[in-house]
Amino acid sequence: MAELSAAADRDRPFPPGDYPVLVIGSGPGGLQASYSLRKLGVAHAVISADSSPGGMFRRWPFFQRLLSWTKPHAPVPRSVRAYERYDWNSLLGDEPETRALQAERMDGTSYFPSRPEMEANLAAFAGRAEIAVRYDCRWTSTRIEEGADGRRFVVETTDGVYRAEALIVAVGVAEPSTPPGPGMEFARHYADVSPAETYAGKCVFIIGKQNSGFELANGLLPWARQLVLSSPSPTRLSVDTRSLVGVRARYVQPYEDHALGGGVVILDAATERVERIDDGASPLAVHVRPTGGGEDLRFEVDEVIAATGFVCPLLDLPDIGVTTVGASRLPTQTAWWESTTVPGIFFAGTIGQGAKGLQRHGMPSNSGAVHGARYNARLLAGRVASTRFGVEMPRPALMPEGIVDFIATELSAAPDLWHQRGYLARVVTLDPALGPIDDGVQPLSHVLDTGGPDALAITLEADGSGAIYPVLYTRHRGAVTERALEPDALLRYDGADARRAIAEVVDALLSGSAPG
Amino acid sequence: MAGMTSQQELIDTIAGFALFADLTSPQLEGVVHTFEETAFAEGDRVLRQGLSGSGFFVIVDGEAVILVDGEERARLGRGDFFGEVSILLQEPPIADVVATRPLRCLMLAGPRVEAFLVEHPRVMFRMLQAQARRLRAANRWRS
Repeated sequence: MAELSAAADRDRPFPPGDYPVLVIGSGPGGLQASYSLRKLGVAHAVISADSSPGGMFRRWPFFQRLLSWTKPHAPVPRSVRAYERYDWNSLLGDEPETRALQAERMDGTSYFPSRPEMEANLAAFAGRAEIAVRYDCRWTSTRIEEGADGRRFVVETTDGVYRAEALIVAVGVAEPSTPPGPGMEFARHYADVSPAETYAGKCVFIIGKQNSGFELANGLLPWARQLVLSSPSPTRLSVDTRSLVGVRARYVQPYEDHALGGGVVILDAATERVERIDDGASPLAVHVRPTGGGEDLRFEVDEVIAATGFVCPLLDLPDIGVTTVGASRLPTQTAWWESTTVPGIFFAGTIGQGAKGLQRHGMPSNSGAVHGARYNARLLAGRVASTRFGVEMPRPALMPEGIVDFIATELSAAPDLWHQRGYLARVVTLDPALGPIDDGVQPLSHVLDTGGPDALAITLEADGSGAIYPVLYTRHRGAVTERALEPDALLRYDGADARRAIAEVVDALLSGSAPG
Repeated sequence: MAGMTSQQELIDTIAGFALFADLTSPQLEGVVHTFEETAFAEGDRVLRQGLSGSGFFVIVDGEAVILVDGEERARLGRGDFFGEVSILLQEPPIADVVATRPLRCLMLAGPRVEAFLVEHPRVMFRMLQAQARRLRAANRWRS
C-alpha cells in the first residue's frame, strides 16, 4: 500500500519546488487565472487545500441555489463572446469545449443554477481545459526571501516548500466571521447552521441583513415560528440600488412579509448582548439598541444566527506586510489586483473586490461575483505575464475609419464592459509610432491616473437611477475629460445617435484637438 | 498604520471626530455600517478634478493633499472630510485629492449623502459649522 500511495503521490502535479508563479486556490478565481496564464505561456503551479475544483461552490450557498443567473436561451448563441453577458457563471475559455459550460448543466427549473450544477460547471471547465491542480495541499505559511537573483515568496504547505517570484492568492472570502461581543458565543454562524427543518416551530434571531441573513430567513420562512433580522444599518434592496449592493430579489420575501405585517421583524439596531436564560420558556435573550433612537429591546429566542459575513483567510500574509481593509479584511489592492504594500502578491477570485476602482455614483464593481472576477483573472494573468515575464500583449492596429464601428460594437456586445461597469474600460491609444491601436481592456482608474499618449477609454456605467449608458473618456495631453452618452431605453449603443456622438469624440482624438 | 481596523476600533475612532461628536453609540455603529471603509496607497487619487460622480470621504487615518490644477492648496488629516461640496452642488470636484501616505477613509456614495444628512441633523449641523469656519478663513484671507 505504501508503494502504491507513493506512486499515486508521484502522479500528483506540481511537487514542491521552484516555480515562476504559484496560484493558491481551485475555485473560479484560481481556475481562471491558471487557464489564462497557460494561454500566455507563463509556467506556474496550482495548489489547493480542497480535494476537487469549485472553491466555495463545493459547499455554499446554504440553500443550494446560486444568486447569479445563466440564461440557457439568450438573444445570441452560446458560441459567441456576447453570450457571456447572459451567462454569469461559466468561466472564460477560448475553445468551443471550454466555453459557456453552465447552461448545458441546468435542469430547467430555474435560471439560477443549483449549487451542484455550478460545481459541475467548474469541474467540467477544469477537466476540459485540463487545468492541473495539486489538490489536498494546504498552504500553511509564507515568507519573503531576498536572494542574489531577486525576491522569492517562500510558501510552506502540507506537502513541502514552494518558491515563486509571484503569488496569485485565490482562496475566497471564506472564513466565517462573528464580531466579538458579550454572549456572541451563543450565536451560531451562517456557516454552521443546521438543516432548515431543525428550526421547525422555533423563534430565530438573525444578526445581519445582507444576502446571507436574508437567504437564511427566506429558507426558514416555512419552518420558523418567528424570525427577527437585525443589524445597525437599514435594509437595502438590489432592485433599488440597481447594483449587487443590497438584498437580491430572490431573498426579498422576508422583507415583504415584514412590510405586510406577516410577522417577520426587521430591525435597525446594534446588538448589545446575547445571554442565556436558565428558567425561561426560551433559552436565549438578545438585547438590542435601535440606531434610530427609542427604547432598548429584548427578545427571547430559541436560536441566534450570526449572518455577519466572512473574512479573507489570508493566513500570515498580514505579517509579511499585506494590509487589509474593512470588515471582510480584504487586502488593499492596486487597480490590477496586486497588494499595494507587497508587490508580487496578486489576488484573483472574489478577493479582487478589494480593488475598488472609481465607484462613481456609488456603483461598485462586480469583482465579488464570478461574472466580474473571471475577467479580472484573465487581465491579471496578462498583467503578470507582461510586467514580470516579458510577454508582449497583442496591440492590434486600428484603421482610423473603423474606430467608430469598433467602439459601437464593443459598447453593444462586450461582456467584460457590461459586467464590470465603471471598472473595466476598452482602450484605444494613439501610439506615437503606430497610430491608433486597440490597447485591450484595462482597469479604468489605471487609464485615468497613469499618464501616456492621447487615448480613449470606453466604459459602460450606471448612476443608480436605472440607466446604463456609455462613457467615453479622452486623455488629451495628459488631461482627462468625460463624455456620457444619452441612455438608450433598449440599451443599444450601436445606432445612429450613439455613432454620431462616438464619431465626434474619435474625430477630436485623431485630429489631436481637445474634445468638445 | 495597522493592517486591520476592527469595527469596534473604527467606532471608537470616529466617536472622537467633531463631525460625529453628537451621535449615540448605536448611531456611530450605524455610521460604520452605512459608510464603506476604503484604503488608498500613497499617490492614489481619491477625488479627481472635473470628474463627476464622486463620494463623500471622512479620513480615519493618513493624510491627503488638495491639488487644484496640480498646485497644492491644503492638507487633510484624521477627522477631516471632503467631497461634500461637489455632492451638495451636484458639480464635479474642482480639485484633486491625493493620498500623500497610506490613507484610510470612511466613504459614503454621493447619491446617499442627502438622505444620511437629513436622518442625522446633528452631523449636518457639524458639517455646516465646519463649512462656516472654512468660509471665515477664506474671507479673512481675501481681506
